[in-house]
Amino acid sequence: MALQIVHACVNCCACVEVCPNEAIYADTPHFLIDEAKCTECLGEYADPQCAAICPIECAIVNELGDPLNPPGSLTGIPLEKLIELGLYKAAA
Amino acid sequence: MDLPVISNTPPTPLTPSGGGCSSSGCGTAPDALGHLPDHIRAKVQDHPCYSEEAHHYFARMHVAVAPACNIQCNYCNRKYDCANESRPGVVSEVLSPDQAIKKVLAVAAKIPQMTVLGIAGPGDPLANPGRTFETFRQLAERAPDIKLCVSTNGLNLPQYADEIAKYNIDHVTITINCIDPEIGAKIYPWIFWENKRIRGVECARILIEQQQKGLEMLTARGILVKVNSVLIPGVNDRHLKEVSRVVKAKGAFLHNVMPLIAEAEHGTYYGLMGQASPSSEQLQELQDDCSGDMAMMRHCRQCRADAVGLLGEDRGAEFTMDKIDQLSLDDIDYAAAMVRRKEVHDAIIDQLDQQRATRRAMPPPLSGDSHDPENLSPAWRTVLMAVAGKNGVVGEHFGHAREFLIYEASPGGVRFVSHRKTGLYCSGVETCGEGDEVSASSIADEPESVLDKTIATLTGCEVVLCSKIGYEPWGKLEASGIQPNGEHAMEPIEDAVLAVYKEMGSAGKLADKPAESASSRKAA
Repeated sequence: MALQIVHACVNCCACVEVCPNEAIYADTPHFLIDEAKCTECLGEYADPQCAAICPIECAIVNELGDPLNPPGSLTGIPLEKLIELGLYKAAA
Repeated sequence: MDLPVISNTPPTPLTPSGGGCSSSGCGTAPDALGHLPDHIRAKVQDHPCYSEEAHHYFARMHVAVAPACNIQCNYCNRKYDCANESRPGVVSEVLSPDQAIKKVLAVAAKIPQMTVLGIAGPGDPLANPGRTFETFRQLAERAPDIKLCVSTNGLNLPQYADEIAKYNIDHVTITINCIDPEIGAKIYPWIFWENKRIRGVECARILIEQQQKGLEMLTARGILVKVNSVLIPGVNDRHLKEVSRVVKAKGAFLHNVMPLIAEAEHGTYYGLMGQASPSSEQLQELQDDCSGDMAMMRHCRQCRADAVGLLGEDRGAEFTMDKIDQLSLDDIDYAAAMVRRKEVHDAIIDQLDQQRATRRAMPPPLSGDSHDPENLSPAWRTVLMAVAGKNGVVGEHFGHAREFLIYEASPGGVRFVSHRKTGLYCSGVETCGEGDEVSASSIADEPESVLDKTIATLTGCEVVLCSKIGYEPWGKLEASGIQPNGEHAMEPIEDAVLAVYKEMGSAGKLADKPAESASSRKAA
């Protein structure tokens, strides 16, 4: 089991600073998670640390591909507003 | 009569010849730091961000080594980076500490006026402690003549206060937008704290607590603290006066109230949700309200976290990383540069000292002796004037001005009150991607809406001073009730403003009570 960083990532490094397993490394075009090292923080923290600090919605996903921070969850912008502005798709 | 001064020192009457600050071009600003003890004043006199006087002469740079952040602010969006956009939280390239050192040494060798190196992001420097302190450590060693500064949201400040003191970082800026968690909950959706994402009022409570504790710890260690606040209409506008009072009581020496930047195209929460930014008048009013409590900063340009050069003249494009990477550290003779820098700095400081001495030597003019034509009549009303300034003189073509300096002329003299930007940060794909270089196209050549927008930013001003102005904008300004004036080209700004004020007075234009305008509020 491991989390994944996907294209929405802006390379801000925040997750690297807090990962207890040093599982995150810089790559192009964005940071990646070493699945051999990632434990999803189980047993260590209540929440996976990368996803708990990540400022970008949908940048970190689980094995099913579901975002840990879905659209609107970090900015507080209502979903209707995101859809209205045509940003929902971009976010999701 | 009491003058509206920007410090809490007793007001000093200005001379009719322009307050003596004519060549600095920024009004009575040097007095804004007048309440500070000498040792602190000595520390900030060559700091362009803290001393309004210094910002005309001394340069600063930010190195973007700190990308990570530990909080979210509703006015920030970490996704967006457009080279034409200039605002905090945004940079074009993040540097490693080694790259940053090289860039600093290269810039300091090329721009001898550089005195200050700051780390301001693009995230929070203290959320990137390794990179931030490694940069400071190397700089303290290699460039001991450069002042080090750091800006932070304050969340990790108590944890790193001792480390900050260790690297001799004697200037810290904390962004404090509120001291009431209920208000904070409307500004901060979340923070990362003790391994959790915390939301709502609780997150604001923790952030405020850490900020206040950090502020106290820094001042206890003799570190100068400036407080930045973002003015968000309807959210913290009524609250900031209280913030000003509290942070001053805890030892902050300067308060910088900045206008919210909330364009929808920046994709921030406030931008997308239609939160209004303050008007120039709202900002000025609040700055004046707070000024009774502490020194206010009015020349802040809300720099990017990778800004280089004098305030308002970003030279970042000259020092991009591909250019820096071609340099070898051996190519930079920093020892020689340091000698040269010292000469340049000493000469500037001498010049400023002389100006101050001249100012002090002037006799007090405000006896109200209306028989002397040199004197200003106490009955005259207050007038706001916009100046297209450059290096302290009326030196910019109206159409080329990216910002106007706003001065207030009153019977008490002339003072700088604010600057107003003319253009948008990013005006779309056509101009996008050109870096921070000023596009030299004349506003008159551009679509009318740009000119109209520029004129709208001058609301409340009765006169605009510039070195030259085209026929079309001249007519439009006049039609808007703003008198263009190109007769004082290349004169020191304050002298020019004062001269125009006197002309207006002699022509009997200052006897009337002003029409409903921003200037009317300031009448004593």
